Amino acid sequence: MTPPRKPQVRLRYSKIGKIRFTSHRDMARIWERAVRKVQLPIAYSEGFSPRAKLSFGLALPTVFESLAEYVDLTFDEPVDVDGLPGLLNGSLPDGVKITGAIALEGKVTSLQECVESTTWSLFVDGDVEQLTAWADEVLSADTIEITRQRKGKDRTDDVRPAILDVEIRSTAGANVVQANAEVHAHLAAKPRALRPLELLEINSPPFSLVLGRRVHQFIAPVGARRDPLAIGAATAPHSLSCVS
Amino acid sequence: MTTVRGGGLYRGWMGSLWTQLEPLLARVEKPARYIGCEDGAVTPDYTTATNATVTWLLTYPDTYEIGLPNQGLQVLYEILNERDDAIAERSYAPWIDLEAEMRTADLPLFSVDTHRAATDFDVIAFNLSSELVYTNVLNCLDLAKVPVRCADRTHEHPIVGAGGHATFNPEPMADFLDWIGLGDGEEIVGDVTAVVSEWKASGSTDREAVLRKLSQVEGVYVPALYDAEFRDDKLIGITPRFPEVPEVVEKRTVADLADWPYPKNQLVPLTEVVHDRLSVEVFRGCTRGCRFCQAGMITRPVRERPAEQVRTMIQEGVRRTGYDEVALTSLSTADFSGITEVVKATIDDESMGCGDVSVSLPSLRVDAFTVGIAAELQRGRRSGLTFAPEAGSWRMRQVINKLITEEDLYASVEGAFSQGWRRVKLYFLTGLPTETDEDTLGIAELGRNCVEIGRKYHSGASVTVSVGGFVPKPFTPFQWFGQNTIEELKRKIYLLRDEVRKTKGLQMKWHEPAATFVEGMSSRGDRRLGPVIEQVWRNGGTFQEWSEHFDVDRWTEAMSDHGLSVEWFTYRHRDEDEVFPWDHLNAGLHKDFLWHDWRDALNEVGLEDCRWTPCYDCGACTGYGIEHVVASATPPAGGSQGTGQDLATGHEIPVALGVRPAGVL
Repeated sequence: MTPPRKPQVRLRYSKIGKIRFTSHRDMARIWERAVRKVQLPIAYSEGFSPRAKLSFGLALPTVFESLAEYVDLTFDEPVDVDGLPGLLNGSLPDGVKITGAIALEGKVTSLQECVESTTWSLFVDGDVEQLTAWADEVLSADTIEITRQRKGKDRTDDVRPAILDVEIRSTAGANVVQANAEVHAHLAAKPRALRPLELLEINSPPFSLVLGRRVHQFIAPVGARRDPLAIGAATAPHSLSCVS
Repeated sequence: MTTVRGGGLYRGWMGSLWTQLEPLLARVEKPARYIGCEDGAVTPDYTTATNATVTWLLTYPDTYEIGLPNQGLQVLYEILNERDDAIAERSYAPWIDLEAEMRTADLPLFSVDTHRAATDFDVIAFNLSSELVYTNVLNCLDLAKVPVRCADRTHEHPIVGAGGHATFNPEPMADFLDWIGLGDGEEIVGDVTAVVSEWKASGSTDREAVLRKLSQVEGVYVPALYDAEFRDDKLIGITPRFPEVPEVVEKRTVADLADWPYPKNQLVPLTEVVHDRLSVEVFRGCTRGCRFCQAGMITRPVRERPAEQVRTMIQEGVRRTGYDEVALTSLSTADFSGITEVVKATIDDESMGCGDVSVSLPSLRVDAFTVGIAAELQRGRRSGLTFAPEAGSWRMRQVINKLITEEDLYASVEGAFSQGWRRVKLYFLTGLPTETDEDTLGIAELGRNCVEIGRKYHSGASVTVSVGGFVPKPFTPFQWFGQNTIEELKRKIYLLRDEVRKTKGLQMKWHEPAATFVEGMSSRGDRRLGPVIEQVWRNGGTFQEWSEHFDVDRWTEAMSDHGLSVEWFTYRHRDEDEVFPWDHLNAGLHKDFLWHDWRDALNEVGLEDCRWTPCYDCGACTGYGIEHVVASATPPAGGSQGTGQDLATGHEIPVALGVRPAGVL
């Protein structure tokens, strides 16, 4: 007889400000301590070196901000899901805030596997006209080949299919100094993710990144894209504010 | 000036270097080293600061990973920030990549708390842990836009101080440090603050005046107020230049650790650091009397923290930080007489927080009882257990007064392997006084026997022998001993390595002999080394404690460029009439006690631990009117090491040893 499934909760959180300089691994440790500080009944793995059961989604590159990071937590006993953001936010560092929480029912695909695409605000120091020209060139290309290192070997891939959309926006209201414009990009996460920095290197444009920020992660193909909290028929993501 | 939260790239941030620093961080390794924001970090309120407020920049002259966990710095950070007349922020040496960016952008050294420029502080105080960080100190000063030499500083520059273990011979750094705090820093920083506060409030621009006032603070040594006299290349004496400056500077000793329950809010880093767990200091000082150990000698007498206070510090610390691992720190934690009480309380306390807490004892005494405690306390057997026999033969161990018998060692190691550990590490020194090759090879034999013991329990049992070169230190009985040459150290290491290779499961690691040599140069050096240190720094010799940056040639060239003999400073045996560059400082020990102990060492006579056996009047307690503060008059159970105990019976063991894993003998 299989043991009863342990309660799982999926959280969405932001990472804004100085905290963006911590790495993905740093964040995992920060979360583990936060959960212990408020004495949540987090489940631990078996064996020699038990670890708290926190399962993270796609890694965010160090130096990037994000409005949409996700973590799945496994507990030993049921917890008050609605109260989790309020409970945990006080134990998380400045700039990390939970903006949504949902109980996961039944068997759940891991975040790593179910995220299909991501959107990014990439604030750059380029001239809007040059940027628009660059974006048009990228979008109108049939193929774009880049060479990347994988497992110690150089591999050349056509990444054009991974570029779902690129839009040039003004920075008005974004309040990012040294940036003249925003490259708003929608990139595929599967079958092979294109990284935002890789996008910005295509055709060697004459601008550089000032601040990058992940805006969304989506768990279904472009047409019917949904937030990873919006899984299951009857559940809707908790509507806490998304922006810090 | 308002304090504004948020990232620097957002318009509206004021008053710090963050906006200039932020773009650089995207280009360097581990940018999280420089952002601050740690749990426990203090955000100082400069709006209430007055002309009399003294601002301190506490600087650890090494990378963030190494500096952040330093307890001394954290304790002083809290104490200063609790005062009305002081504000303290922290700084760490930027890594070479950020340093290059900073110099190009003309960005000075900054605090990680508010990213304030180092020159905005009244006092910059360094923690000196070892001689190899001296060049980092100069580099940090230069980055801070402070003239590296005291003589070039004006009243507009911060006052530069230092504390820590490497200050007990501060003479090589005399040209660069305005003041040095000897001994415990808790009370010193308060008194220094009072002096600087008064000087600031008076509006005085006389820098020498404030330094003379600082020399009146107990525990503070101001090198510029002393003349070092040499004749025929020998030091004659270090004497005061003014009547009120003390001929001998006494170290400061806090009588009761219970008065200083710090850190109350240990810093929890956002990023990886070398010791990432809650630390609670259980006692200061050590009376084991190991003759090579400077730390033990200069921190006497022993002052224990009350066991109850240790227990509450653990409990509150775990709840506040979310750490699941606690280290009880001291020079020899198993000697803490409250150890069993703390063990029991930690294991039994269900309110400790979520999940189990693992408590580690960093330095294990060599006896099976202690291993039993470790087994109770440490949840996982993830890393190996470490013991420090230090010498390969009983004769040699008597010389150094580390009175561990072979039987003790084997019993402890067997305890470790039988209770689930698979790896054991043994620390040794090479280059000790009277050492013979037989002693050196004895290390391999001990290691071999330990592997054999381990094999009884795990086929993959492994023992690592870790060997460091011995550097004779000031204020120890060995301060008269000439250090082994690089060639001699290498010869012994290779001799040992060839022997170790013959045993499967036995590994060896060793400290670079050239690094030992450079430490030895400064360890007993005098002011003449100042220009040498400066030259090494100017030639790019920072981070010398990192093997990838260490370069012995820079040091030997600098010595010869200044006409100084390496042989004279490092390899020479000293005579009884030698004037030491630290004779004008007092760590509490009578020089004739140390000389007597040196002669005893050469005669292979051991000396027992005076906490539990009669006093041999080393000077530490009688000099300060302080007695050892210990919770129990009975020494902790088990083992030899000079407690005068019967090895066959020992004392009743109050904590049960762990259950042996099933299937094991």
